Amino acid sequence: MSLNIPLEKYTGSIRETIIGGSNKAVKIGGESVLAFHKFEGNIPNKPLVALGVCDIKPTDWAEAAIEPFKDCLDNPTAWAKKCVEEYGADVVCIELLGTDPNGENKGPEEAAEVVKGISENINVPLIIYGSGKSEKDTAVLKKVAEACQGKNVLIGASKEDNYRSVGAACLGYKHSVIAETPIDVNLAKQLNILLNNLGLPMENIVIDPSTGALGYGIEYTYSVIERDRLAALTQSDEKMQVPIICNLGKDSWKTKESKISQEEMPSYGDVKKRGIMWEAVGAMSLFVAGANVVVMRHPEAAKLVKTVIEELL
Amino acid sequence: MGLSGIEIFKKLPKKNCKECGVPTCLAFAMQLAQGKAELSLCPYVTDEVAAELSEASAPPIRTVTIGVGDNALKIGGETVMFRHDKTFENPVGFAILISDSMSEGEVDDKIKQFNETSFERVGLNLRPDLLALKSEANDTNKYASLVKKVAEQTEGNIILISESKEMMEAGLNCCKEKKPLLYAVTSNGGSDIAGLAKENGCPLAVKGANLEETAQITERLVKEGFKDLVIDSGARNIKQLLEDQIKIRRAALKGKYRPLGFPTITFPNEMTNDSMKEAMYAAIMVAKYAGIIVLSGFDAPRIFPLLVQRLNIYTDPQRPMVMEQKIYELNTPSKNSPVIVTTNFSLTYFIVSGEVEGSKVPTWLCIMDTEGLSTLTAWSAGKFVPDLIAAYIKKIGIADKVEHRKIIIPGYLAQIKGELEDELNNEWEVIVGPREAGDLPTFLQRIA
Repeated sequence: MSLNIPLEKYTGSIRETIIGGSNKAVKIGGESVLAFHKFEGNIPNKPLVALGVCDIKPTDWAEAAIEPFKDCLDNPTAWAKKCVEEYGADVVCIELLGTDPNGENKGPEEAAEVVKGISENINVPLIIYGSGKSEKDTAVLKKVAEACQGKNVLIGASKEDNYRSVGAACLGYKHSVIAETPIDVNLAKQLNILLNNLGLPMENIVIDPSTGALGYGIEYTYSVIERDRLAALTQSDEKMQVPIICNLGKDSWKTKESKISQEEMPSYGDVKKRGIMWEAVGAMSLFVAGANVVVMRHPEAAKLVKTVIEELL
Repeated sequence: MGLSGIEIFKKLPKKNCKECGVPTCLAFAMQLAQGKAELSLCPYVTDEVAAELSEASAPPIRTVTIGVGDNALKIGGETVMFRHDKTFENPVGFAILISDSMSEGEVDDKIKQFNETSFERVGLNLRPDLLALKSEANDTNKYASLVKKVAEQTEGNIILISESKEMMEAGLNCCKEKKPLLYAVTSNGGSDIAGLAKENGCPLAVKGANLEETAQITERLVKEGFKDLVIDSGARNIKQLLEDQIKIRRAALKGKYRPLGFPTITFPNEMTNDSMKEAMYAAIMVAKYAGIIVLSGFDAPRIFPLLVQRLNIYTDPQRPMVMEQKIYELNTPSKNSPVIVTTNFSLTYFIVSGEVEGSKVPTWLCIMDTEGLSTLTAWSAGKFVPDLIAAYIKKIGIADKVEHRKIIIPGYLAQIKGELEDELNNEWEVIVGPREAGDLPTFLQRIA
């Protein structure tokens, strides 16, 4: 019997989305094969790790995730600069946790100021997430979109209940939009269609499938990403042919397994290394499934994952 | 699994003798087609038909067992490329490498790492599976004493690694009854080792320089009557290794290509000296198709996430993991601590308990058996509804643990507040909690 390896029949490819306006703009997507299947087709743009920055000092992170930024947690601009200058981030993701109505409830203007401050001081592309509370995000993201005019950023998340206003803001100020749905291929497709109907080109839409951390539902995210990619690549589903982003870091560093000290749980081993591995193993799983961008928190975990991605391409 | 039940039926004796344990030949044929019965149960089938059917009805990827008894590790037997199509069957095995050229202290440390690696999660005990014992010192006594020590001091399954017959024999003599995996036959050697595997009924590993060569070796061995093979395509860089794993599974499942229809063994330990990177390679192999992953060590920060990743990837996507129905005591609650009730979907539990623990507010978390459905789904399926919740609250005896009479329900079920209070005879006040678990800390700190 001669060696016979059946190839996958690909009938579609992922659209390319450009983030950023300067000469440091990045392209995501563009592949015509499943993740890292370079032996059977083209992967023009490498999957990206984005480093996360918050507008307020985070309260619920593990110590290890705070430590690299402890000198700049009160200053988002300095934090973002450190991500770029010291840790070589290709993309920075700002999370506007401070706008959460159940938390500090900061106003849209204040959030826009933070984003503007960062965007004027670093030259890598930006991704911006609101607090995830749809109603508040409607107001916040509109201001943010305005403040970033001309920077071609990626803004989210737009969801079923606020996609009109968030989508319109992205359209109006020429940004790309993150379309977030709860772990389901059909819902993702539906939201892409709705955003597209608003007038946003497919090239400006990126799917956020909802991300669970390792041990906290990552298998659901993993499988929905694989199904999303198969729909786009082998079933020619045009409305699914857009890149995928996963915001992993925020949940990974909240897990008990990343936080609990070795003194309290001797069998878990060194807490810092454990937290880094928890985030890195989670991110690697998402990239293997087909994510184009994963937002991470710890510079060491990010570096590790980036190195292995380079080796895979 | 090339043949349908009907096609198999046509070739059976059609005596309906019931000696196979099934009422009719047709029913037996159906079971064969589904891989639920073995043809050898039929006493009347001709040798000719048996050969024809076993070829056609063998699963596309052989299930190979390493070890004996309850502890034995089964690998392979996979039938799909993607876990959403059908659950991945046999979880990948993790092996720790120990060499006979290591110092006594180092060996003891590795054995200890193997024995002590154990994590509880969703009522399961997450453990590694194998010890890979490598002969490097070229000393039969040394190798034999290493194997003997491991066989005596651990319950783990064993992989013997050597290309020399003398070494392999010395090792095998110390652990024969454990049915170890013998590694490996190559294109230009190891036929002696194949002989040892055959004599002792042990599974056998094959190592080629690439996929083509690996397939040539297995094809030869299958002709010689070997069935329980494990394959190593020889790749030692992650790009090639991932490509090979994908191609092997594709060839076996989609191409029905027999020579690659076996589980694989992979060696991240040989691919880098950086322990963190090694774990990354392992993570890729957990997701994409390895049968065994050999690692240089099982230090907790590396093996714990990998064991959880394996649990996640190999979970049945159709059937959610569930938590035991009981009261979970978080942050050492007292008679005045708040009481939360929610479903036993493991994800609900993990997320809610994680947020509560993070809040540092002592809390009683009452987990109710909803057959693993999450709150809204369980509510709409009639499994998390006022009369059942009320019955559960009365039954679990939370009333004996707290002095107050306030119970917090998930925010998405605000509409059941009134009815639940009625069902509880208005002895309890029902408080509507937040919709998202992420808002629990603020909520609890406010009410506590």
